[in-house]
Amino acid sequence: MSSVSAPVKQRTPIRPARILLHVFLAGTALAWLAPLLWAIYAALRPYGETSAKGYVSWPDKLNFDNFTGAFTQSNMAHYFGNTLIIAVPAVLLTLLLSSMVAFYVSRFDFRLNLALLLVFTAGNLLPQQVIITPLYRLYLLVDLPGITMSGKLYDSALGLVLIHVAFQSGFCAFVLANYMRMLPHELTEAALVDGASVWRMYWQIVLPLCRPAMAALATLLSIWIYNDFFWAIVLISTGENMPITSALNNLSGQYFTDPNLIAAGALLTAIPTLIVYFLLQRQFVSGLTLGANKG
Amino acid sequence: MAGVPTILHVALVWVTALASIALAFTTWDGIGFDSIKWVGLDNFTQLLTDNPQFWPAVEHNAIWFVVLILIPTPLGLFLAVQLDKKIRFSRVYQTAFFLPVVLSMAVIGFVWQLVYNPDTGLINSLIGANEPGHYIDWIGDPDLNLWAVLVAASWRHTGYMMILYLAGLKGVDPSLREASSLDGANEWQTFKNVIFPTLRPTNTIVLVVTIIEALRAFDLVFVFNKGAQGTELLSILVTNNIIGESSRIGYGSAIAVVLLAISLIVIIPYLIATFRKERQA
Repeated sequence: MSSVSAPVKQRTPIRPARILLHVFLAGTALAWLAPLLWAIYAALRPYGETSAKGYVSWPDKLNFDNFTGAFTQSNMAHYFGNTLIIAVPAVLLTLLLSSMVAFYVSRFDFRLNLALLLVFTAGNLLPQQVIITPLYRLYLLVDLPGITMSGKLYDSALGLVLIHVAFQSGFCAFVLANYMRMLPHELTEAALVDGASVWRMYWQIVLPLCRPAMAALATLLSIWIYNDFFWAIVLISTGENMPITSALNNLSGQYFTDPNLIAAGALLTAIPTLIVYFLLQRQFVSGLTLGANKG
Repeated sequence: MAGVPTILHVALVWVTALASIALAFTTWDGIGFDSIKWVGLDNFTQLLTDNPQFWPAVEHNAIWFVVLILIPTPLGLFLAVQLDKKIRFSRVYQTAFFLPVVLSMAVIGFVWQLVYNPDTGLINSLIGANEPGHYIDWIGDPDLNLWAVLVAASWRHTGYMMILYLAGLKGVDPSLREASSLDGANEWQTFKNVIFPTLRPTNTIVLVVTIIEALRAFDLVFVFNKGAQGTELLSILVTNNIIGESSRIGYGSAIAVVLLAISLIVIIPYLIATFRKERQA
């Protein structure tokens, strides 16, 4: 310490306040990670050992048996597949449809468009439980023989895709409309003079310019839809058809019979979101704040 | 070109929201439309006077909001202010605080169960409360479980608020800060008198987000103990009337209408303010 505080002229002197701040931040960060580290620790230990020695004890053996066990016994791959079937079309459709609304609203400035955007944004802010009872009934009423496995919207991947798209397009339309408004109007005006159709303006001029916002929203939507729990709990009745996040609830009773397996199963479920987060952290964060910066 | 998305959104979100309101004044067994019967305010009077879970649920939703706005929100702001000081490892700290926001509420529920489990959990193992006779039942005890869940909810909310405030702080003009320190204001005075007032738009967002989160709270509690005694929430009551043993469509809708009414009190003024500003811009 004495060497640090020696009166050598430094450009950024290390003040005691800074050190204190680092100690505080590092301590808090560690405390923040503690529940996850605890889950990882439990998942790495054999159940026999923890039940004999207690969970707060030094490990004799650490291995990935709980992870492989949780993954194979409960057939988690199947549920990851279910999620993929729901999330990929839902993300793509949401982006396509909401960018169309945003384009329309931002380029043709009528009073009605503001109202339209208002409806979309407000819809996205509603708690899901406000609409779930009629939605559940509606899904039971719609017969789709031959189109979905269940013959209805209820208990089908299609039903989940539709509600995700309907619900999330509100937020995306709001963000994209704000983004498109900031693009110079001359761009589309020039295209209009050149005789480009509305579709060409949308697809070839405006949409490519929205790539950064679309990338941010795609990241955000992927994580949100992957993490959805509620829609599938209510709108899917067959356990086999559940996406992974909602399936976790059933699996934990059936296959994950001890805390070590539960920890492993929960962590395995978290892995895809963690990968996306670490690779695309910037996109994720900018997606969150894109919507929020406009106050 | 806005037609298809609008129809989909309006049909699945707004028509159903209106249907919730309509169904709240009826009873229906769900079999055929002719069994729908108009009952006026019966569902509401029953809810307000006769349901032992309703007022606790309202109270818990309110507590949820109060706790989120009083503890993790200021903590998130505090962390954001510290991390905005161009310090080293700022990204590392941010990643740690923000990590829970990326996880699903269901996963968070399972992770925290490992902390709270009365027999094998971290807390009871550490304080020796996992012996018979000394049990502290964090999940089952109705005096404790709401607070236990709220710790997990706050764990996530802090990182979310930190990110929103960090984005807000990035937009603060650095010359404001310089001017303030030239005037001899200390760090706290600068924050209180200069920085915080310019964060007003962020504060509005934070308030709306926090209220909506408190109204939407569901997954965490469902995973924890299915909203059993001590953790009842409006969202849980609605859902129990659909997938629970007693499926009462009209009654469940009445609870949804209460939830809708509270949400709109928040949503409408917020949207009016937002869009008015947009028109001026």
